[in-house]
Amino acid sequence: MSGEPAMTPPVLACSGIDKHFGALKVLNAVDFAVASGEAVGIVGPNGAGKTTLFGVLAGAIPPSGGSVRYGGVDLTGTGAAARCRSGIARTHQVPRPFLGMSVFENTMTAAQFGAGLSGRAAADCAAEALERTALLHHANRPAAALGLLDRKRLELARALATCPRVILLDEIGGGLTEAELGLLIALIGKLKGDGLTIVWIEHILHALLKVIDRLVCMSAGTVIAEGHPDAVMADPEVRRAYLGGAVA
Amino acid sequence: MIAYEIERWTRSGKATLVAAAAVLLVLAMLPALANGLLIDKLTTLFIYILLAVMWNLLAGYAGLVSVGQQAFFGVGGYLALRLVDAGMTPYLALVVGAVGAGIVAIPISSFALRLKGGEFAIAMWVIAEALRIVVMFDPLVQGETGTSLLALNALDPDLRRNLTYWLGLGSLALILSVTYWLLRSRIGAAAQAIRDDEEAAASIGIDVMRIKQIIFVLAAFGCALAGTIWLASAITFLPRTNFGVQWTVFMLFMVLVGGLRTFEGPIIGAVIFFLLQTAFGGLGVWYLTGLGVIAVCFALYLPEGLWGLWRQRIGIDLLSVGVLFRPSGDRPTP
Ligand SMILES: Nc1ncnc2c1ncn2[C@@H]1O[C@H](COP(=O)(O)OP(=O)(O)OP(=O)(O)O)[C@@H](O)[C@H]1O
Ligand SMILES: [Mg+2]
Repeated sequence: MSGEPAMTPPVLACSGIDKHFGALKVLNAVDFAVASGEAVGIVGPNGAGKTTLFGVLAGAIPPSGGSVRYGGVDLTGTGAAARCRSGIARTHQVPRPFLGMSVFENTMTAAQFGAGLSGRAAADCAAEALERTALLHHANRPAAALGLLDRKRLELARALATCPRVILLDEIGGGLTEAELGLLIALIGKLKGDGLTIVWIEHILHALLKVIDRLVCMSAGTVIAEGHPDAVMADPEVRRAYLGGAVA
Repeated sequence: MIAYEIERWTRSGKATLVAAAAVLLVLAMLPALANGLLIDKLTTLFIYILLAVMWNLLAGYAGLVSVGQQAFFGVGGYLALRLVDAGMTPYLALVVGAVGAGIVAIPISSFALRLKGGEFAIAMWVIAEALRIVVMFDPLVQGETGTSLLALNALDPDLRRNLTYWLGLGSLALILSVTYWLLRSRIGAAAQAIRDDEEAAASIGIDVMRIKQIIFVLAAFGCALAGTIWLASAITFLPRTNFGVQWTVFMLFMVLVGGLRTFEGPIIGAVIFFLLQTAFGGLGVWYLTGLGVIAVCFALYLPEGLWGLWRQRIGIDLLSVGVLFRPSGDRPTP
């Protein structure tokens, strides 16, 4: 059912990922791969395990079983910080700003550590990330003073400032106005044009469809369909998973 | 390309640095002018400032709330005693002993820093108690009886007083500069990020354990320096006193009253504490309880401390550790 089998070897992949929290099984034998330069969307009902999968890919959540590979290297035992430095960046669904630091300091620290830059190069990288995410005018504000939307922008700015090869975006479009969403889509399209590999979890399907090459649908801890977005959305199992839920 | 300036030194910051250098110079010459009592008092003040700045580095900037920093205060003094016993010159032993305590902190850190929040705090207290008991087993210390740094008694009292004072002043200058520089470096930024959100810090590439270790070892070294200077001024080494939990009460008080998370606050707090100590220090356990109550009140009702309050009023940082972004064309602040 795969729409376009990846010809290039995947840059980031996981196979057979299991994750349980105590008795609760959240991921069940999940296989996932993204090719270099590809943009993949992930959809699925609430609680499907999408964010948990990002945690496993980014190294924040140790899987109960299975392995993660990045550029052909096994990452399973590598921590989140080392994964970030090697080029895997993520945003958090619930923003996690450094509340005691300014917006600029938040972003500059990401450039210093994630991208390994220093001095003016780090500042340039941070300033550019803030400009791209429309946060530059807030540069000196304490992150604690930002509202939810700006905190989401800061998540994206910080991730971009680490100069990633692969970026994992977790519901950064929710709550934006149509105009703001349009800007976000343009930005993500531009990142893709620059060669960045993108994995984007989003409930707003029409936004996803403007950017992604391939869609993955998860439900109850498994991938139930993947391939061309139209084919995935037409899949009877996907429709069943969403029955009662909302497909925007 | 965005046109901008990065501002790290405000005008008031530069002025503060010049003033601090002048104060340091005057203080360095003071033994030639002042009487012995004042010199002794100032040495004690230096010890308090050292402790406050180190606790703030740990808890305020890295989120590592420890109630066991007396561990290093005590170990520093103990190692100095041991080194003097082995034949080292006393004043050299005081410094080397503090370095030794910093080295002891490395294995402790790799265990304690795995713990979070309250568990870390309590573990540090347990470690301090354990170290006190281990040290009491050393025949040199003579258990609860304690011992004295007799080699220092051999020196002329005035010379000893002045040497201890200069050691205190030099240590203070060293620790303040290193801490300020560190907090303004990327390591300081990383520590603050970890304090605010450890998982997010890791997600932007910060090696959480390594950064915490750097801060922890520096704080241990600073507390140990305070401990060896204390040993030099008190001469006696009593495990119960040198490893006493009252040091933690003092540190908490100074930092919470002065202002957590600012560079200036703990210094102000130490001066206030020093004045209180001079006035009420003899009142024993009630005094200690009073300090604790005041510290808790500050934590609950005025968490930014006196300096934080003052800073809100006048809006000026004397010694900022932050980074200011200025689009070109903006005027710098005074
Ligand atoms: N640390 C945790 N401990 C226990 N249960 C957890 C933990 N993290 C996630 N879960 C549970 O795992 C399930 C999957 O959560 P996850 O956040 O991955 O879903 P999601 O697909 O991202 O959902 P949403 O669309 O609402 O963001 C949920 O039932 C959630 O309650
Ligand atoms: Mg989620």
